[in-house]
Amino acid sequence: MKIIDRLFNSSLGKKYLMAISGLALFGFIVGHLVGNLQVFGPPELINGYAHFLKSKPALVWGARLGLLAMVAIHIVTAVRLTMENKAARPVQYAKWKENGASKSSQYMIVSGSVILAFIIYHLAHFTVLLPFVNGEGDFTKLTTVFDGHQVADVYAMMVIGFQVWWVTLFYLIAQGLLFWHLFHGLSSMFQSLGLRSYSWWPVITKATKAVSIGIFIGYSIIPLAIFLRIVGSDYAEKARHQLHAETVQVVGSGKEAGK
Amino acid sequence: MKVTLKVWRQKNKSTPGEFKAYQTPELNGNMSFLEMLDVVNEGLANKGEEPIAFDHDCREGICGTCSLVIDGKPHGPHQGIATCQTYMRSFEDGDEIYVEPFRAAPFEIIKDLVCDRKSFDRIQQAGGFITVRTGAAPDANSIPVPKDNSDLAMDAAQCIGCGACVAACKNASAMLFVAAKVSHLGLLPQGQPERFKRVKAMVDQMDKEGFGSCSVTGSCEAVCPKSITLDFIAMMNRDYAVALLKGDPKPIAGGGA
Repeated sequence: MKIIDRLFNSSLGKKYLMAISGLALFGFIVGHLVGNLQVFGPPELINGYAHFLKSKPALVWGARLGLLAMVAIHIVTAVRLTMENKAARPVQYAKWKENGASKSSQYMIVSGSVILAFIIYHLAHFTVLLPFVNGEGDFTKLTTVFDGHQVADVYAMMVIGFQVWWVTLFYLIAQGLLFWHLFHGLSSMFQSLGLRSYSWWPVITKATKAVSIGIFIGYSIIPLAIFLRIVGSDYAEKARHQLHAETVQVVGSGKEAGK
Repeated sequence: MKVTLKVWRQKNKSTPGEFKAYQTPELNGNMSFLEMLDVVNEGLANKGEEPIAFDHDCREGICGTCSLVIDGKPHGPHQGIATCQTYMRSFEDGDEIYVEPFRAAPFEIIKDLVCDRKSFDRIQQAGGFITVRTGAAPDANSIPVPKDNSDLAMDAAQCIGCGACVAACKNASAMLFVAAKVSHLGLLPQGQPERFKRVKAMVDQMDKEGFGSCSVTGSCEAVCPKSITLDFIAMMNRDYAVALLKGDPKPIAGGGA
């Protein structure tokens, strides 16, 4: 099939792949943000949401595999394009000006690489719950009772996790780079798919820049609010006892959640 | 005024090049950049040195032959102007000016500042035309063309194929050139019969030549001497996507004759 060959091997086809996989990943970014902003509600809210997701393994694993495929397409295509682009200019200029190219547009592969490193850390931190990456202890010990079930205390993980300064700092840096990536990437998505005209372009650039600022604010206030002890500091103190206890036991707050 | 030039000198394709500094004689500010190079070359020839090779033809900004990356910008400091219409009054007395050839793998350097842009010709030959019988000129207005489309097609048709877009792009991508050629015909009724065949053929050839891809940095439109915009690249992207979805036509036995 020529269409498959052209989609994966032509220069324009690869840009479509970047745009479509980028759009899917952006969709996840929005959904994930909405899920995480629930930390500003009572602990039961986000714990209940986490429990709901965990109770639908087909849904969660379907989404995870889909995302993994999109991440793979986005990264492999980006690496292929970068290599081709480098090969297209073997000798660099001695004197060079940016000629209207924004900084974010020139360093997409750099911002993308840091975001990839962040994603790996983030998965180790809050999904696989590796004890040695969070600076606190074994997060698997943090459990609570929700709806009569013993469930993972996601709220506690977050409020304890972001009290560690270097964790918060790394998250903020990664969010800054994600913002930078989206600042150029979101509008380029429209360009690559040909969804642009003279009259629409100013609207698209302004709207996508506003959205990337919104995403940055949304994701940054979570670790910041926790680090500045605005959210959940009492809960974190209580949960920390559970974290450092010898045996796993349900703390008081968990019982409240179970009511 | 006098300036110091740092010029890329390269004997031929296979010899590595290097920068050489040249002090110009007294210049008139109303000389074009190319006339300034003529003066420098005259001096070199008189001294028995090899003159600097550079591309030029019409010297009125319409042929697309002149090139040069002047101080990091293709076609020099101004917007919407080719090297031939860049004048020395745009520089200060005593300036040090870097003069480099367009650099891209598909633009092989032939000598000094002259690069081989035949790859553009091959892209054009792949589909940048309409197949019509020649003969007497058709009646004016026998094919209605909406004014908006004819204006837009003219904007695209302004492309002189100089290659500044490739030279400016950090990826050495030729998409602005190809997009201008694809859209120019794709916007007009005469271009419709071969519209989707054309975009596939031209993009295929562009890839074969080894140009990079578009990262939407916008430096191509910033340096284009004809101010062709990124809108046309979006138009090409859209046409190519439609062409992919339409698929290739069914092969007909005997060529359909």
